[in-house]
Amino acid sequence: MMAPGAENRSREAAVETVTGYNFGYLDENTKRMIRRALLKAVAIPGHQVPFGSREMPLPYGWGTGGIQVTASIIGPGDRLKVIDQGADDTTNAVSIRRFFARVAGVGTTERTADATIVQTRHRIPETPLREGQVLVYQVPMPEPLFRLEPRVAETKRLHALADYSLMHVKLYEDIARTGHIATSYNYPVMVNGRYLMSPSPIPAFDNPKMHRMAALQLFGAGREKRIYAVPPYTEVRSLDFEDHPFVPIRADAACELCGSRESYLDEVVTDDRGGRMFVCSDTDYCTTRQGTQGSAREAAE
Amino acid sequence: MSAPLLEASGLRLSFGAVPALDDVALSIWPGEVVAIVGESGSGKTTLLRVLSGLVRPEAGEVLYRDPAGATHPVQAMGDAALRRLHRTDWGFVHQNPRDGLRLGVSAGGNIGERLMATGARHYGGIRQAAAEWLQRVEIDPARMDALPRTFSGGMQQRLQIARTLVTHPRLVFMDEPTGGLDVSVQARLLDLIRALVADLGLAVLLVTHDIAAARLLAHRLLVMRRGQVVEQGLTDRVLDDPQHEYTQLLVASVLAA
Repeated sequence: MMAPGAENRSREAAVETVTGYNFGYLDENTKRMIRRALLKAVAIPGHQVPFGSREMPLPYGWGTGGIQVTASIIGPGDRLKVIDQGADDTTNAVSIRRFFARVAGVGTTERTADATIVQTRHRIPETPLREGQVLVYQVPMPEPLFRLEPRVAETKRLHALADYSLMHVKLYEDIARTGHIATSYNYPVMVNGRYLMSPSPIPAFDNPKMHRMAALQLFGAGREKRIYAVPPYTEVRSLDFEDHPFVPIRADAACELCGSRESYLDEVVTDDRGGRMFVCSDTDYCTTRQGTQGSAREAAE
Repeated sequence: MSAPLLEASGLRLSFGAVPALDDVALSIWPGEVVAIVGESGSGKTTLLRVLSGLVRPEAGEVLYRDPAGATHPVQAMGDAALRRLHRTDWGFVHQNPRDGLRLGVSAGGNIGERLMATGARHYGGIRQAAAEWLQRVEIDPARMDALPRTFSGGMQQRLQIARTLVTHPRLVFMDEPTGGLDVSVQARLLDLIRALVADLGLAVLLVTHDIAAARLLAHRLLVMRRGQVVEQGLTDRVLDDPQHEYTQLLVASVLAA
């Protein structure tokens, strides 16, 4: 079932629902297994729960974890938004949105405010999420200590003992070498004062949005077979030092399309003579702002 | 004298048919340096690992007294408590500095790790403590941001000692800290350890096969052979008037320069 055309701003033509698949592609037993992992993950915020990741019809690294989480929680009444680096119109976002339009027949949207489920790769939408919405992250590497401690058994022990000095040593090294914490994405966070968590490779700019977010945040890592979650209104703190506090990094410019000085910007190279421009990475936020500015100008005239 | 810091009794452990520890008892008091000497395979390192809680003995008990005076059986401690103990009140200096250091992390970060593990979150404070400790172990603080792999063997060992002592432990386990170093570097390191022990009032449990090092550092000496403590007493007494035949052999086989 498709959403009414007025609300569905999807750029693709209406996609036909395929038959011969269970609703949402995954079989009911698999969904049940994933939902059990999700419940456990929500009960222990930030803790990585193993699950039996399935082969999905897209390659590892393209969002197999996120797509399985979405498939397990989506219902016929849901409206799905998929973003990739903030954009609704990139290959990964388009193909995942089409996938769910086909195998679940759910309505899709590009408007953050209209969506009930937002599956994302590497960004959190600029528009604040509200209660009842679910943000599903695609996670390449769920283990925040992965680059620091190669043994999986040892990382589990460190999580169990809440021993995160390794991560602080890494931040110390960053400051000692570069004068500031040089981690600009995948910036480690403490969830609920207990578990160290990888926020997936979102820019550090987005980290503060995770703190006490009204929406439920679910994280799926398909290749690594891990699920974790941050329930609504949970404390999420970025690690830092007292004298080197966490600073979200943003390019010092305004979006050239909508003029925003608050949103996260992409730098786009426009020619081979050094020309470049900054534009919002969140396409929905940018077009909405352009739209209201346009109508405001018309009203003024 | 106050109560012992660490008290072990009736320790037994065998690897297959080989007894590594055979009814070993040992006490160590605050501020005391105790050396365990003996040939390779006599169970010295095993004893150290059992005492520090890294290995569980088949029988016997190790009691640890915390700063408040309460005693805890080390083997009954949980992983978390033992780990906390190892980075606050205890220290462990490995024979090979590569086992005790993070080679991919700068010297300052190596020293700071223990501080950060115990809750230090002030970058400037951590750096200041690291610089002080580098100076104390005679490493130029200008090399604070250098990687330990660019250090010489003696410097690495001194860095490991600084990293261990930065949280002011009361008891330090040292497993052949001078092994693998050349003689002049050994002498400087022994000098340094002796000064630090006297300054800080550390209790040290030192495993070594170097009788000269034991004589220089230790107040008390235990001689081990085939998992048994065959002789123990004040260092000078044991070395000048050895009673057991094995100790006599050990003392007689020291080369005089």
